[in-house]
Amino acid sequence: MGYLLEVRNITKRFGGLVAVNDVSVGLNAGEVIGIVGDNGAGKSTLIKVISGVHRPEAGTIHFMGEEFKIESPMDALKLGIETIYQDLALAENMNVYSNIFLGREKLKKWLGMIKVLDHEYMHNESRKVLNSLEIEIPSLRNIIRVLSGGQRQAVAISRSIYWDARVLIMDEPTAGLAVAEQSKVLKLVNRLKEQGIGIIIITHQLHDVFSVSDRLIVMRRGQKVGERITKKTNTDEIVRLIIGAETVET
Amino acid sequence: MVKAKLKVFSLLARYWAYLFLILEFIFFASMARGFFSLRVIQNILFFGTPIFLLGTAETFVIITGGIDLSVGFVMGFATVLAAKLVAAFIGLGMGPAAGLALGVGITLIVGLIPGFINGTLVARLDVPPFIATFAMFGISHGVSELLLGGVWAKNLPHLANAIGNGFFLYVVPGKALSLFQRPIVQRGQAVLEIIPNVVVITFFFILIVAFLLKRMKFGHHTYAIGGNIDAAVKAGINVKKHLVRVYMLSSFLATLAGAIYVLKYVTGKGDAGAAFLLDSIVAVVIGGASLYGGKGTVGRTILGCCILATLETGLRVLGVSTFDKFIAVGVILIIAVLIDQFSPELVHKED
Amino acid sequence: MSQISVQQIDTGKPGFLEVVAKNWAALFLLILLVVFSFTGKGFFSLANLQTIVHLSTVLLLLAAAETFVIISGGIDLSVGMVMGFTAILSAKIMQILYKAEMPQGASILIGCAVGLAACIIPGLISGILVARYRVPPFIATLGTWGVTLGVQLKICGGYTIPFLPPKLVSIGNGFLFYVQPGHFFRLFKPPPLIEESQIQEVLRIIPNSFIFLLIVLGVTWHLLRNTQFGQHTYAIGGSMDAAVRAGIDIRRHILRIYVLSSFLAGLAGVFNVFQSGLGNFTRFNAMYELFAIAGVIIGGASLMGGKGRIFGSVTGVLIIGVLETGLLISGVEPFYRFIAVGVILIVAVVIDHLFPDLF
Repeated sequence: MGYLLEVRNITKRFGGLVAVNDVSVGLNAGEVIGIVGDNGAGKSTLIKVISGVHRPEAGTIHFMGEEFKIESPMDALKLGIETIYQDLALAENMNVYSNIFLGREKLKKWLGMIKVLDHEYMHNESRKVLNSLEIEIPSLRNIIRVLSGGQRQAVAISRSIYWDARVLIMDEPTAGLAVAEQSKVLKLVNRLKEQGIGIIIITHQLHDVFSVSDRLIVMRRGQKVGERITKKTNTDEIVRLIIGAETVET
Repeated sequence: MVKAKLKVFSLLARYWAYLFLILEFIFFASMARGFFSLRVIQNILFFGTPIFLLGTAETFVIITGGIDLSVGFVMGFATVLAAKLVAAFIGLGMGPAAGLALGVGITLIVGLIPGFINGTLVARLDVPPFIATFAMFGISHGVSELLLGGVWAKNLPHLANAIGNGFFLYVVPGKALSLFQRPIVQRGQAVLEIIPNVVVITFFFILIVAFLLKRMKFGHHTYAIGGNIDAAVKAGINVKKHLVRVYMLSSFLATLAGAIYVLKYVTGKGDAGAAFLLDSIVAVVIGGASLYGGKGTVGRTILGCCILATLETGLRVLGVSTFDKFIAVGVILIIAVLIDQFSPELVHKED
Repeated sequence: MSQISVQQIDTGKPGFLEVVAKNWAALFLLILLVVFSFTGKGFFSLANLQTIVHLSTVLLLLAAAETFVIISGGIDLSVGMVMGFTAILSAKIMQILYKAEMPQGASILIGCAVGLAACIIPGLISGILVARYRVPPFIATLGTWGVTLGVQLKICGGYTIPFLPPKLVSIGNGFLFYVQPGHFFRLFKPPPLIEESQIQEVLRIIPNSFIFLLIVLGVTWHLLRNTQFGQHTYAIGGSMDAAVRAGIDIRRHILRIYVLSSFLAGLAGVFNVFQSGLGNFTRFNAMYELFAIAGVIIGGASLMGGKGRIFGSVTGVLIIGVLETGLLISGVEPFYRFIAVGVILIVAVVIDHLFPDLF
């Protein structure tokens, strides 16, 4: 069985600094993997390579068994690899459905001739995808600024889903969220799993990643120092891998 | 070898403004005889006093990340107020020195008001500086025209003219040296005039203000607010009060420029300062400040002012139309910003 | 900056206060109209109201230009100069052609065409500086302001351009309907052979300028509201990051915005030639752009970007126009206008601050 998304031997350098050193990771459809590690471990850089923001010095990217060159964010998006950054990249001044369709607006012909925005279509389609993910937002005409942190996450996620993401990369998805909202986001992740989407979560919150992930990848100083099946490991072991104290006796 | 080249480029980029000023001089000197003379340089300084003062005013405001569009008309308002007050006091029988001093003094104090309003709008009502100062621009314009009532101010004492157009130092070569008073000489005797009074006044204030910016807490706080307003608040700086003070300083300098104008031209004119608004902002930008705030110094702004003042005088001497001046200013502005963009690492390495 | 934001959750039924705040500018305009009708004789007359719109046309076009730029988070200080430049250029061409015995219609058309083609150049310059070289819009358009000012003055030598085809004025100041009650009804052309005494009776309805304005404003309104171009403009102004991540080509879009702004300013310039029958240059201390920007802000846009509407900008400009005419007719000295506009501008911003989330 091949991986949905696989990166092999990725190395990324910035000048003299090796941010990612010969890292290989595989992701299956319907699977959640968590990438954890301390600050500067290289997690963010790795996903930026996958999402096309950075080009690696070495290594290959394979999607559904085929090798691809991802040289820009657009390349990744075209493959169906969507990234949700910490700042969500939503337009605060625009409403929910406008954000979901941002850059890919639906047009209709008015009076048979002039192309205009099809607000109704965009609104209804957005409502459909939000419902399918069981997200509650009373009115889609609200602008983003008035939504809560959790709702914004939901909108960002819905946007990726609507555009048929096969792989969803989430950078610190629960950061800054209230406790109740954090669990809602995690529930959302599970629902996405059910839909066969492969998810990569980067986070500092071990608790989160233990509750939703199938596998854990630990990075330290640019290298992959451990890969464990979540059910078969525990927090202590992961922490030790993160700080590099594997040899310390408990 | 590459390193040497980089060094040259970075030096050039850093000091391009100085280089430009020198080139300007050479250019004008080659086109017009006698350009590089004491008289002409003093002319440049004389005519440039409003630009120096307004440019300094803008420096403070721009460092805080704002802008002051009202300085031109506050200056105009000041000329009108000062002229009218002095004329009124003289009319009441006061002596010229007293009338002048009182009139100018009151004007300087009243001139703090527009700045106070600007600052309050920006700091306490969260009005964007562009809008607040634009509103003040209109308001001062309106008020000065009202005050003027369509009649140019007259009846100002001769003393004003004497101060405004007088010089600090008079030298009769080989014979005498006199401060402030023009020595009476035989016809045909050359008298060297050194440093116009108004330039002395201007730079006196500018030096004080520059010191304020560079060495005193007030200056530090100004940079802090421009750099990161949140951090400034959290560091305990009373940002609101400070901003009000900055705008008041700006309008004070503009008012001073107006008072000096009255001394120079012995009249008050509502739109006296209008032309200098553009120059002052351009000067600040040429001097390397960023419109986003946090950067800039009075010294470099003065350099920018010099470039513009030289340009203005030079073009006038050459008989070139003011049309081309605008083109030149526009082009210089763009060059300045492009240089800034292209060499951020080079230029600001030492920050 | 502290935000006193009031959470406005859209439940579908806007509260009364929200409606008032959202449209306070329009309401204010209405109030002004009412007040001036009382304080000024002849204010509330068809002729006068049409005159206000007619005279505000140029400013309305400039405000439309600024609306796009401001929503995208930028600013365009050069619109007044581009207008002057276009007016001068078109007029010069018309003058030359007309003198060379070309028929009026042709010389007018060619003059317009050349002017409108040339007017996008300043926009291209500003746009490239902002989009490609990341020059702050304030500076870029200030530079273009200066350069365009100089070029414009060079073409006309500091003098208004006269001797233009006479048809210009009749088109520019003509009306759609000429009605003499009980006698006739004509389109576009004023009635011939009318006696002096009867001229007073002729009603002139809907200036040509109004038609022109409606078309242009209609197109810009549509552009902003119903097209991808409009959506992307709001997005770029609201969150540059979001726009980039959504795959919007920021550089191309910003370039287009400044070109559009320049073009609208060019239209204003051409219109000015029709309206005055002369080629007028813009003096360096004319403050067209500042008033246009003021109108846009009064109309609800924010200098931060992401907000604004054509309708709002129109209201803002009309408030300024009504104020000016109203104060004039009421016998108040015109300098109060400056003060009044300044105060209203501040009020607009403060209200916007209190109700930030209304679109």
